[in-house]
Amino acid sequence: MSPIEPLVFTGLAALTITACTLIAFSKNLVYSAFSLLGAFAGIAGLMILLGADFVGVIQILVYVGGILVLYLFAVLMTAGIGDVKLSNPVISVKIAAPALVLLVLLLGKLIYSTHWFAAETTTFAPTTSAIGETLLKEYLLPFELISILLLAALVGAVAMARREVKEGKGS
Amino acid sequence: MITLNHYLVLSAALFVMGFAGVVLRRNALVIFMSIELMLNAVNLSFVAFSRQFGNLDGQLASFFVIVLAAAEAAIGLAIIVLVFRRRATVQTTALNTLRDATNAS
Repeated sequence: MSPIEPLVFTGLAALTITACTLIAFSKNLVYSAFSLLGAFAGIAGLMILLGADFVGVIQILVYVGGILVLYLFAVLMTAGIGDVKLSNPVISVKIAAPALVLLVLLLGKLIYSTHWFAAETTTFAPTTSAIGETLLKEYLLPFELISILLLAALVGAVAMARREVKEGKGS
Repeated sequence: MITLNHYLVLSAALFVMGFAGVVLRRNALVIFMSIELMLNAVNLSFVAFSRQFGNLDGQLASFFVIVLAAAEAAIGLAIIVLVFRRRATVQTTALNTLRDATNAS
């Protein structure tokens, strides 16, 4: 493995962690929304570093190109941008903190008590054609089912938004 | 050398932060963003396992998770926008009309 890998990993991990901290703990909702960009891009970079080039590119296309824009629209349509202090308050910490500590302990124990297989070296071969073949051979049924799910979700979203527009015009 | 454990620890950290956002925040939008973060963290560990085991099943699983996340974002944000139009707020603590009326504050 090239000696630059730890450097790239550390940089991308720092970017992602910083962005995620901002999302979860920022007082301002708009900062949270824009931090999504750093988080999604950092994770896409990590995926490409893992040799999953196609998944990384899909991650950028779907998350940064689609979902992030959706979130920005929703944030700008709903939140009162003026009241920065009030836009993103914190719920009771007394209940949340024990749950968080429990989750950290559980995940840490899980990672370090399981014996994983020995690490293989990353091969930077194109994965696109192999993924396509697997998707249309072994995973054909889940692929079709998830297409129907996505179609149903999009039709549902359009139907919900459309009804509201009609009401607005009628009143 | 960056091993599987590095990726798993990073993924666990991202997941915990997403969980923190869900349990700490009262704004429905931030809760949704944090759910996306948790899905992303799981995706990262899927891809890491895919490299570890030398096959593509993990990458395909992360595909399906990405599709699910897209569907969830479309539907969830549509609901949030509708709720905001009707109630003029997206704070989860304010959406309590199903609560016992004698207890309502």
